[in-house]
Amino acid sequence: MKVRWSGLTALFSLPALAGLLAAGAANAQHATAYDIEDGGRAFELSCANCHGPDGDLIVGIDLGRGLYRRPLTDEEIVDMILNGIPDTAMPPTPRINEQQAYRIVAYMRSIADAPEEVLADGDPERGRLLFQGKGTCMDCHRVHGQGSRVGPDLSGIGLLRRAAQLEQSLLDPAAEVQPANRFYSVTPADGEPVTGRLLNHDTFTVQIFDTDERLRSFFKADLLEHGFVDTPMPSFRDELSAREIADVVAWLASLRGIPQ
Amino acid sequence: MRTCSAMKNRNRLGPSVLAIAALVTAAELPAQVSFDRILNPEREPENWLSYSGTLSNHRYSLLDQINTDNVADLKLQWVWQARSLEKFEATPLVVDGILYTVQAPNDVIALDAATGRQFWAYPYEPSPDARTCCGRVNRGLAILGDTLFMGTIDAHMLAIDARSGQLIWKTKVAEAAEQYSITMMPLVIRDKVIIGTAGGDLGIRGFIAAYDAKTGEEVWRFHTIPGPGEFGNDTWLGESWKTGGAAVWNAGAYDPETNLVFFGTGNPAPDWDGRTRLGDNLYSNCVVALDPDTGELKWYYQFTPHDELDYDSTQVPVLADIEWRGEPRKVILWANRNGIFYVIDRITGKFLDGKPFVALNWMDGFDEDGRPQRIPGMVPTPEGTLIRPHVLGATNWPPPSFSPRTGLYYSAHWENSGIIVTQGQGPRAVGINRRQATMAQVNLEPLFNNDEETYGVVRAYDPETLDPVWEFRMGDITWAGVLSTAGDVVFSGGKEGYFLALDAHSGELLWRASLGGQVNSGPMSYAIDGRQYIAISAGTALFTFALP
Repeated sequence: MKVRWSGLTALFSLPALAGLLAAGAANAQHATAYDIEDGGRAFELSCANCHGPDGDLIVGIDLGRGLYRRPLTDEEIVDMILNGIPDTAMPPTPRINEQQAYRIVAYMRSIADAPEEVLADGDPERGRLLFQGKGTCMDCHRVHGQGSRVGPDLSGIGLLRRAAQLEQSLLDPAAEVQPANRFYSVTPADGEPVTGRLLNHDTFTVQIFDTDERLRSFFKADLLEHGFVDTPMPSFRDELSAREIADVVAWLASLRGIPQ
Repeated sequence: MRTCSAMKNRNRLGPSVLAIAALVTAAELPAQVSFDRILNPEREPENWLSYSGTLSNHRYSLLDQINTDNVADLKLQWVWQARSLEKFEATPLVVDGILYTVQAPNDVIALDAATGRQFWAYPYEPSPDARTCCGRVNRGLAILGDTLFMGTIDAHMLAIDARSGQLIWKTKVAEAAEQYSITMMPLVIRDKVIIGTAGGDLGIRGFIAAYDAKTGEEVWRFHTIPGPGEFGNDTWLGESWKTGGAAVWNAGAYDPETNLVFFGTGNPAPDWDGRTRLGDNLYSNCVVALDPDTGELKWYYQFTPHDELDYDSTQVPVLADIEWRGEPRKVILWANRNGIFYVIDRITGKFLDGKPFVALNWMDGFDEDGRPQRIPGMVPTPEGTLIRPHVLGATNWPPPSFSPRTGLYYSAHWENSGIIVTQGQGPRAVGINRRQATMAQVNLEPLFNNDEETYGVVRAYDPETLDPVWEFRMGDITWAGVLSTAGDVVFSGGKEGYFLALDAHSGELLWRASLGGQVNSGPMSYAIDGRQYIAISAGTALFTFALP
């Protein structure tokens, strides 16, 4: 997750909001890079489903640009996150505590004034064909029940990532790998090495989803070696043209999850 | 061999990816859970593939590593703490070392069954419309192939990829805004997933429905309250059938020989005042036998006609082949919330016998068809009526067990009574017994009653005589299920937070653990690499035990 401090400071400079933000400024001023990154993750998990990855799916609200139906303080937004808005579709979010809610606000403030990212218009249908064909993307990825589970399921990726992030993943996949998508390799003392997507690990154990699509768990004490490895996702910078990249991005951006 | 494209295109990849490619083995894909496996779990006692381990709901484990001689040596192996403050009622499934459970209300969790460490979690946020009578709970999952199935408290059914935790499909079963919810575990029969809805106390019209396991499309629906023109509709006064309840919110059973599924149905609504719904109120408080391919009703038996005491018949049906008074018989064993232990012929639905297993005062016998003979006046009144058992019943949803090895039926239930007065929409218990049979909670509660007022028991029954063989008495009541094993150990627990191991033949206490929260679920057992585990949830956590 990129940290855009410029967005945060720019927001504070807006005269219309400055006074309203005063009460919450203490929290925002103390937001660290980690707070904003963590807030971004929480935003994707808890907010993006309805508000969209750019925060602009609800009419009259654009969280990504700091536009609300009325000016709001950090405290008011935190209250809305925690308790929802009565008689609206905005539900309470009981899994999020106050600290996490403030981090979401810090993230929202941080992206509010970010420069617009412009990508060439792509053709989603051509992108789909590339995804399923030339790009061999489904050898690792799954969409709507088709394809491999080894890489991240992309059925709802359009709700979770902005177009610029999708493009970056295609061109420079190692630049930013989500923690839940990191790869790990283990070599048991009495068996074959196993590699897969890291699901969980602690001082004593590690859980991975291996390249044979098995959920595997190991005691670290039983391993000869173990550790992170680079993402197996290749760069398509030299494999696909700019036009084709735009098409694939358009296809990915169109993926909005399993119909609800 | 399954490989990623990245691994196929080694020439453009860095050294670490080359290393990954070299590490890819030719291991087979994980075995899928076929219906044949679910139907024949005795071939793989290390797994637990359905709610009660078998589709006959025996909740009996063939594993015998833990037995009466060594059970006292059980040690805690791991604890998994749910991120939920709701009651933990789900029984896990275990498939080849992976444990699947539900974090209430509706998050699906995959754990390493040996360590309790999490593989994945599928979070689900129910609609704000979701409303449940008795807790935002879920009792478990079903599995078929690579897919887990779960009903949600906002009345949807979800199909989840068991390997990745990704949603495959989501189907609306009913409208949450109309008070429908789902708390039960689905029942998989061949290519269909069968489920019912809760909400009977809130005035729904109950039903059981089957869905295509691949697509989530509804295949059939059986209304537990017949509509106009259907047999039984005239057992409801006026329009009362439209909101008469008869919910289905607990496990069904399946008999492959007759190709029948059996479900218990809930109480009629309004619960405690039947004046607006005069009649027997079919098919409330029944066991119904349905064709799982079509949903056609084959037979029914009504335990409590025109119920005004909230005696849901949603207990877990236990199918057994027993020697019944001189001849082999295929029966259903059913300790009912109304305080009577029943034996029913599961081929014909014929009532074979029934005997009170607790003190009761609402009936005093059966007619020749098995219809209970009611004692007049034994209903809640504005002045108050002493009712035995209390409106929460002698037992409720917690799953019983049947051991083919001992031939005994094991059930956890309680003796209780209450002076019930009607007041507004619901009953209210008054007097000294008012808190003797409270709903289950998460945390432990102080105990103030004495043994005469109420108590919980784990009891073993002889299905032929319906008489108790032994009992283990607890200080407080219990909302726990029972597991029996080939090691002749019976596991259960209760509101006091103790998890108990009893001798299956005598009821002798062999071991106990204090888990710090109420035991509101059924125990189960599985094995990994030849080591047997016992799992039980209590409070908001899942605990596992094994021998050192």
